[in-house]
Amino acid sequence: MKIKLSNSDIQSTEVRRLERISGEDVKRCYQCGNCSGGCPVSYAMEIPPTKVMRFLQLGNIEEVRNSNSMWLCVGCLQCYSRCPQGVSVAAILEGMRQDTLRKGVSRTEVAEVPFPFLKKAPQQAIVCGFRKFVG
Amino acid sequence: MKIPYYPGCTLNTVAKQFDTSAREAASIIGFEMKELAQWNCCGATFPLTPDNVIGLTAPAKVLSNARKEGDTLTTLCSVCYNVLKRTNKVIRDNKEKRNVINGFIEEEYDGSVNILHYLEVLRDKVGFDKVKGAVKRPLTGIKAATYYGCMLLRPFEDIGIDNAERPTIFEDLLRALGAEPVEFANKIECCGAHLAMNNEEVVTNLSGKVMTSAVDAGADLIVTTCPLCQFNLEKSQPKVAEADTGYRPVPVVYFTQALGLALGQDIETLGFEKNSSDIMPLLKKKGIA
Repeated sequence: MKIKLSNSDIQSTEVRRLERISGEDVKRCYQCGNCSGGCPVSYAMEIPPTKVMRFLQLGNIEEVRNSNSMWLCVGCLQCYSRCPQGVSVAAILEGMRQDTLRKGVSRTEVAEVPFPFLKKAPQQAIVCGFRKFVG
Repeated sequence: MKIPYYPGCTLNTVAKQFDTSAREAASIIGFEMKELAQWNCCGATFPLTPDNVIGLTAPAKVLSNARKEGDTLTTLCSVCYNVLKRTNKVIRDNKEKRNVINGFIEEEYDGSVNILHYLEVLRDKVGFDKVKGAVKRPLTGIKAATYYGCMLLRPFEDIGIDNAERPTIFEDLLRALGAEPVEFANKIECCGAHLAMNNEEVVTNLSGKVMTSAVDAGADLIVTTCPLCQFNLEKSQPKVAEADTGYRPVPVVYFTQALGLALGQDIETLGFEKNSSDIMPLLKKKGIA
């Protein structure tokens, strides 16, 4: 695949904004792949954590935003625990999720929540789910 | 010894057996869990981005209420523990955020409460030796898988209950109770957590891996510290057994139920009937009940 890079892509203001929200510096990542190796949900992600970092380094935030990755991250911090550079991919994905939800766009509409399935579920699942998925 | 105690929303309802067994065990061992006079939900998730200060206000309110009742606070649910402990650290170390949060909740809280998980109370305040001395019904012959999950351990620099990759606190407790802890690969992996709300498939897969690795290691029992882990594991187990006919289902219980059992509490009062999996056949088989 041919990749065309321009300085304006790499200096993406959207990525800089995401860095500000998440408190992370995407340039710290040197692509060792520990995060994807440890991530329990990377198998189901359209873009696994290491590639998320690479896309962001290249300024291609749209590619990540259009994938399911940020909605699958469970925030277990295995990526962060094992990152030799101390980067939290979880914080970056949460920043993207937060940004989307703040625009009022939900991943799961209240009407779609499987309440019968969750009948005996701990409230924490529902409170946390609402905070992560409902805008 | 009286320790201020924050139950959290789930322990007040669907995980009542987690709460009652812990209080009863405490009274047998010799300390009292004094429920906070006033408390609210911790928010059930720690905001992972520094930009999200509003998410810190609910736990900050809990902490500021706790401060009025002492300098220590204990809790049982791993998520509450994680959220309270991390929020406390932010308030203690970040003056700017402390001011914003205090302004919002109209309190003057400084981060001076020491948050202890119930396991830490047992290890550091009581001592596992003393717990061992109080055992009346040892769990001899039970191979127990101690499932930590993620929130009890990570991130290490904020939580620090034990080594984040090779913890032993939970095994040490089970050993004190007479059980034999088994080493299994997925003991610190995620159960799928809040994905229960919109992605049952992933939850079944992750919880399934936890249970399969425990059972493959020879476990007859899985012990948890979190109501959401407990729910995801118990909810997934029938599906795991259906998909893999070689899988041997095992009971899943809260660690305080195992503790109460070993301390000789009346089995009827431990709330096992509220769990979805049945521990009684195992207890009969091992001659414990």
